[in-house]
Amino acid sequence: MTARDDILARLRPAGGDPAAAYAAIPRPYLRRHHENGLLDLAAERIADYRAAVHRVTEADLPAALAAAFRPGAYVVPDGLPAAWTAGIDAARLAGPDADLEWAAGTVTGCTAVIAETGTIVLDHGPGQGRRALTLVPDHHLVVVRADQIAADVPDALARIDVTRPLTFVSGPSATSDIELSRVEGVHGPRTLEVFLL
Amino acid sequence: MTMPTYVGMPAFPKAARAAVADTRLRGNLAHATGTIRARRAAAVAELDDWAELRAAGKAIKDHTLAHLAHYLELLEERVTAAGGTVHWARDAAEANAIVTRLVRATGETEVVKVKSMATQETGLNEALAEAGITAHETDLAELIVQLGDDRPSHILVPAIHKNRAEIRALFRARMPSAPDDLTDDPAALAEAARRHLRAKFLSAKVAVSGANFAIADTGTVLVVESEGNGRMCLTLPDTLITVMGIEKLLPTARDLEVFLQLLPRSSTAERMNPYTSAWTGVTPGDGPQAFHLVLLDNGRTATHADPVGRQALRCIRCSACLNVCPVYARAGGHAYGSPYPGPIGAILSPQIRGIGSEVDASLPFASSLCGACYEVCPVAIDIPEVLVHLRARAPKRPAERAAMGAAGWALNSAARLAAAQALAGRGRRFARHARVPRAWTDTRDVPVPPAESFRAWWRRTRDGS
Repeated sequence: MTARDDILARLRPAGGDPAAAYAAIPRPYLRRHHENGLLDLAAERIADYRAAVHRVTEADLPAALAAAFRPGAYVVPDGLPAAWTAGIDAARLAGPDADLEWAAGTVTGCTAVIAETGTIVLDHGPGQGRRALTLVPDHHLVVVRADQIAADVPDALARIDVTRPLTFVSGPSATSDIELSRVEGVHGPRTLEVFLL
Repeated sequence: MTMPTYVGMPAFPKAARAAVADTRLRGNLAHATGTIRARRAAAVAELDDWAELRAAGKAIKDHTLAHLAHYLELLEERVTAAGGTVHWARDAAEANAIVTRLVRATGETEVVKVKSMATQETGLNEALAEAGITAHETDLAELIVQLGDDRPSHILVPAIHKNRAEIRALFRARMPSAPDDLTDDPAALAEAARRHLRAKFLSAKVAVSGANFAIADTGTVLVVESEGNGRMCLTLPDTLITVMGIEKLLPTARDLEVFLQLLPRSSTAERMNPYTSAWTGVTPGDGPQAFHLVLLDNGRTATHADPVGRQALRCIRCSACLNVCPVYARAGGHAYGSPYPGPIGAILSPQIRGIGSEVDASLPFASSLCGACYEVCPVAIDIPEVLVHLRARAPKRPAERAAMGAAGWALNSAARLAAAQALAGRGRRFARHARVPRAWTDTRDVPVPPAESFRAWWRRTRDGS
């Protein structure tokens, strides 16, 4: 008997149709905890995690991004709207195949934002780049469109294709491993700046 | 071999006695658990529907456990379809052998590891070391434990027993890249760990991880973390090997809407943990191009077969029960003799290892049954109920069995009880020296029997009137 057969044989099935039983699970919890003011809520909750939040218009975005740049090169994924980085000297921007270890930062869009928890969801599609792009460089600049903001976890999950590689980001990297006190900045990007359009 | 019992591990009361006498340890634990307790309560109070989320979490897990074989087969099918390979391990030895073989096949002798309870449970690092493979723990607390040749003492924060000054001293002694002027500021200690691990992340070819959740109908696996070490391990290497207990399944991605609310608030007391990664098989051009999922039984099917004990398999390893437990706060995690300390460990370890060793037989008694653990559990595991259930299953010493039998015989008849009480009264000066049955007297003072029983007193003073 293989280990697989052995394990499955030891789990005596409950009988009945799993799909019908699954559909009958009661879910009386709320779909969202806030009805209105999602943009304000998202801004407040993202800032709570000590990410910098900039509320800008589409027209002001290039200048705001340029002002946030630090010395060094920034990696830009394929599919990022060119207008966003129009205020930056092209020599400062590197393509997605650049050496990430030497990049100062990265500029991306996102898939969704969870306002309630201040979470940015990346599915690493166009304008977001493969996962390493938003991980290795120390400074992550994210642009969020207002229509990408979901009220809460259930709303956000309904918008996402979970079979894509996903990264949920809530603030810069952090640890509570020393005396359970929160410290920002370990292995992931130590600075997260969010531009809400 | 199932989960190894630490060599020479004494029973809980003996191990706890030493820990309770260690004032620095008690100080570290009281500070850390006190901090997180208050923060968790605030994070939970923020959601009006916490009770409903908790009930749904319990219902989803119970449903999954009831149909576990069905969902495991579905998961295997979907992971395979997405380009991953699924392996099955009956016990720790099989799981370790599978991982060792997979690492060897890559030709590498080093792996980076994401904090994983499943591989703590199987003793994977030791097994890899025997095969000449070095495993680098990358979670800060796991790194602290590994550098100190220490053992984890908390599910979420394995180095909770160490304070910042102790961690600074350890880094200075064991971390070659630690600066000479390293302070005990947690931010400086985290920076030292970042520098120490950076080169390892960028050069690692193989990573080993655990999993917080796996979605059966999509084959998606999730890791929930804070530091970004998880993202590094899950993204940069060529090969990823994930070891996961068979109970970590959820039927569909929709269920994450419950668990991504329950877990962060219960565990680190945050609205959401800094990073959650999800992947489905392999994605061309992004992340590891070889993915292996090892499904681990190691006593879980035996636990599954016990109708009362099965609820322990709902556990999502948040560690809220540790942080509220008065016994854990005083005894610390090491006394439990297992990677799973605290209330959940007291019901999980004896079930997955079997109540064979002295420490496992003593664990169901390592509780005052106050019920604080049940109250905070995000999946409503009735830990006191399982503790009492396991106490009944724990082996009894012959002397205790004899004493209980004699007590039953005496209590069944008024005449026999009167005779026994008279006997106890006459023997009262020996009572303080009684050492049998020890299961009772080890943790309680034996009351000295009165010279005259109430019944005898009543007869003497009232019968004549």
